[in-house]
Amino acid sequence: MPELLQFLFSGVTVGAVYALVALGFTIIYNASDVVNFAQGEFVMLGGMLTFVCHAAGLPLPLAALIAIAATSAIGVLMNKLAIEPARGAPVVSLIIITIGASIFIRGGAQLLFGKQIHSFPAFSGDTPLRIGGATILPQSLWVIGGAVVVFIGLWLFFTRTLTGRAVLATSNNRLAAQLVGINTNFVMTLSFALSAGIGALAGVLVTPITLTSYDVGLALALKGFAAAMLGGMGNPKGALAGGIMLGLLESLTAGYLSSQYKDAAAFVVILLVLFFMPQGLFGQKSVDRV
Amino acid sequence: MRLSAKSATLLVLIALVALSPILFPSGYYYRVGALIFVNAIAVTGIVILTGYAGQISLGHAGFAGIGAYACALAPVHLGLHPSLALVLGAAISGVIAFLVGRPILRLKGYYLGVATLGLGILVSMVLNNERQLTGGPDGMEVPDLGLRGLLKDAGLDLTNGQFWYFFCGLALILGAWLALNLYNSPTGRALRALHGSEVAARTVGIDVAQLKLRAFVISAVYASVSGSLLALQNKFITPDVAGFMHSIEMVTMAVLGGVGSILGAIFGAAVLTLLPQVLTVFAEYEQLVLGLVMMLVMIFLPQGLLPSILRKVRGKGE
Amino acid sequence: MTALLSVEGLGISFGGLKAVNDVSFTVRPGEIVSVIGPNGAGKTTLFNMISGVYQPGSGRVVLGGENVTGMAPHLLARRGMSRTFQNLQIFQSMTVLENAISGYHLKERGPVLADLFGLPSSRRRAAEAQAGARELLARVGLDRAAEREAGNLSYGALKRLEIARALALSPKILLLDEPAAGCNAVETEEIDHLIAEVAKSGVAILLVEHDMKMVMRISNHIVVLDHGEKIAEGDPATVSRNPAVIAAYLGTDAGTEAAHADG
Repeated sequence: MPELLQFLFSGVTVGAVYALVALGFTIIYNASDVVNFAQGEFVMLGGMLTFVCHAAGLPLPLAALIAIAATSAIGVLMNKLAIEPARGAPVVSLIIITIGASIFIRGGAQLLFGKQIHSFPAFSGDTPLRIGGATILPQSLWVIGGAVVVFIGLWLFFTRTLTGRAVLATSNNRLAAQLVGINTNFVMTLSFALSAGIGALAGVLVTPITLTSYDVGLALALKGFAAAMLGGMGNPKGALAGGIMLGLLESLTAGYLSSQYKDAAAFVVILLVLFFMPQGLFGQKSVDRV
Repeated sequence: MRLSAKSATLLVLIALVALSPILFPSGYYYRVGALIFVNAIAVTGIVILTGYAGQISLGHAGFAGIGAYACALAPVHLGLHPSLALVLGAAISGVIAFLVGRPILRLKGYYLGVATLGLGILVSMVLNNERQLTGGPDGMEVPDLGLRGLLKDAGLDLTNGQFWYFFCGLALILGAWLALNLYNSPTGRALRALHGSEVAARTVGIDVAQLKLRAFVISAVYASVSGSLLALQNKFITPDVAGFMHSIEMVTMAVLGGVGSILGAIFGAAVLTLLPQVLTVFAEYEQLVLGLVMMLVMIFLPQGLLPSILRKVRGKGE
Repeated sequence: MTALLSVEGLGISFGGLKAVNDVSFTVRPGEIVSVIGPNGAGKTTLFNMISGVYQPGSGRVVLGGENVTGMAPHLLARRGMSRTFQNLQIFQSMTVLENAISGYHLKERGPVLADLFGLPSSRRRAAEAQAGARELLARVGLDRAAEREAGNLSYGALKRLEIARALALSPKILLLDEPAAGCNAVETEEIDHLIAEVAKSGVAILLVEHDMKMVMRISNHIVVLDHGEKIAEGDPATVSRNPAVIAAYLGTDAGTEAAHADG
C-alpha cells in the first residue's frame, strides 16, 4: 500500500503542474479561440527568471514575484505583437504562430541563460514528510496547494467579479460582448497576462523539484495541451481534472508497468477518450448550424 | 494553347531539379538539394491532407519514422532489399494510418491536432525505447541502397551527393505529379469540397469520413517515403525523424510556403531547409530566427510565401 | 400516385425544448410541397431531420418505401435526396464550375489510385461530369461565370449555383430551403420557373420559403408549422383561409402577404 500511496503523491504533484499549464491554455482559449503552444515557455521563464534574480542576490519571494510579473509582461507582449495582428487566421496558422513564439522564446532563453540546468532552494526545506509509509517533499505540497489556490482564485474571478464575467461573455460570443460594451481587447490582454502569470507560478513552484533549463517548455506545453483536451478544451474544471488524471496515469504507469512508456500511457488514454468522447471528458457537444 | 496549371508546375519543378546544379559552387550543395527534395516529398503529402482536405496533423513525423526504420530494420531482419523495405514501410504507414485514421478523423481542429500529436509521440517513443531493436536514441545504421553501384556499372558515375540529389529530385517530381493529378480528379475535388463545407459535401453524396481517411493514408505514405529516403541517403537514422519537432517542421514548411499549392509548399520546404544552412554561422541564433520567421510570415503573409510573392510580382506587372 | 417521401410523426428537442413535434406529411413525385410558418416555427430544423443532418428524436422518414430515419446525408444522396441551404453552403474557394461538378460526385467517383495516376478512366469520368455541370450552369444562367471563384459571386447567383449543384445529383426529391431569400424580383421569378420546370420532369420538391406570393403560386400542397407543430395543411386556397394560419401569421409581414396573395 505505501507503494501505491507513493505513486499517488508523485502523480498528483506532476498532475498539479499539468493542471496549471492546462488552466493557462484554457484561459487563453476561452478569450481568443487560440491554443497557445508557448504556454510551456511561461513555465520555463518562471523558473529561469526566479533563478536569475535569486542568483543575483534577491530574496526568493521577491525573485519569484519579479519572475511572475516579467513573464506576464512577456505574455501580454506576445498577444499584442503576434496574436492580435493574426486575428481570424485559420487554426493551422495560429498553431504555427504560437509554436513560432515558443521556439523564439526558447531560443532567447538559450542565448541569455545558456544550456545549463538551474535550480533554487525549496521553500520549506528538503526534508521529506512521512505519510502512511510514503514520503512527500514539502515542495510538492507547495505545488499542489498552488494549483488548488489558483483554481479557486480563477473560479471566484470568473463567477464573482465583473471583469471575470466579461471574460466569460467574450468567450461565449465576442461580437455580442463588444456590443454590450465589453472591451474585448482588454479581455485578451488580461487573459494572456493571467495565463502567463499562472504558467510562471507553476515554474516557480516546481523548479526546486524538477530543476529547469531553457528547453523544458515544449514537453510541458504538450502535456498541458493534452490535459486540457482530455478534460475538454475551454472548461477550467476539465483542465484541473485532466491535469491531475494525466499526472496520476503517468506515475502509475511508471510505477507498475514501465517507466519508459509512462508518456505513452497518457497518450493512449487520450486517444481512447477522444475516440469515445470527441469533445473530451467535460466538453460540450456542438451542433452544426446550417 | 495556354499551359495548364498542372503542366506549368511540373515544368517549373523539372527545370529546377535539372538546372539548379549549374549554379552549385561545390558538391555540398547537392546534399542540401537532396535534403530539400526529401522534405518536399513529405510536405506534398501535407498539402493533400491540409491544403486539399483541410485536416490538421501534428504527428506525421511518426510515419516518416516508420518509413525510415523500415529501411534500417527490414534488410537486416527480413533480408529485404532496401528498396523493397521502402515499399514495406510505406505499406505499414498506410495500414496504420487507415486503422487509426477512421476514429481520429472524426475529430476537428485542435482535437484532431492532439490525437495526431499522440500518434506521432507513440511512434517516436517506441523508436526511443526499444533499444535492442532500434538502438534507442543513439540511432542505427541503414544499409546502402546499392543503386549508385548499379549505375556506375552501367557507365554513369555519379558522386554520392549527385546520385541522391537526382534520385530524390525524381522522387519529388513523381510525388508532385501524383498530387497534381489528384487535385483535379473526382477524389481531389471531393476533398476540396469537404474542406469548404462538410455539410454541403455530405449532401452531394460525398462520404466525408472515407474521403478524409484516403487523404490521411495518402499523406502518411508520402511522409513514410520521405523518411525512407532520408534514412537511405544518410545511411544512419535516429528517432528524431519521428519527433514532434519534425512533424511541426512538415506542417510549417507547407503552410509557410503556401499550403494551397504544391509549388508553394515545395518553396516552403526549400526556405526552411536552407535557413539552418545559412544560419550555421550564427548557430546560436538559429532558434530565435526560425521562431521569428514562423511568426512574421504567418502574420504578414497569411497565404504563405509563394502566393504572396506571386501576387506582388503580378501586381507590378500590371 | 404513391408517396415518394413520407414524414411520419417527426419530432426533436433541443435541451428539453420541443423544436419540432409530431409533424407528418407526404410528397409525391412531381409535386411541390411547401412548408411555411413564422420565424422559429421549426422549418429548417424539420429539413435538417429529413436530410439526415440532425437525428430525429421521434418519428420516421420513409423515402421510396425505405425507412431512412436519421440516415447519413451522403447515403440519402445515393437514394435520390438532394438539398440546398438557407444560409448558403457553397465551396467558396472552388470555381463555380467545380462547385457544380461536385454535385456529380456520385457519378464521377472511382478508384482513388486511378485518380492519383491520372488514368484515362479517371479523366473520362471527370470530363463527363464537367460536361454535365456546364449544361446545368447554362440552365441556371451561370455559364459565363463558370471559371470564377465562387466566393466572388453575388448572393442571388450563389443561390442558383446551389440549386444547380443539387440538381446535378439527378435527385428524385429536392429539398429547397428558402431558395429565393435575398433575391430580387427578377431572380425570384427565374428561380420560380426553374422549380416548376424541375417538378414537371417528375422530381418531388419540398420547399421552405418566406416569399408567400411564390409559395401560393407554385405549391400543390402546403404544410403550415407554428411553434414546431403542424397547424394546418392543404392546397394554397384552403390554407390561406384557415383561421389558425392567419392567427399564427397575424401582425407579421408574411401574414399580410398571405392575406394579399389570397385576395
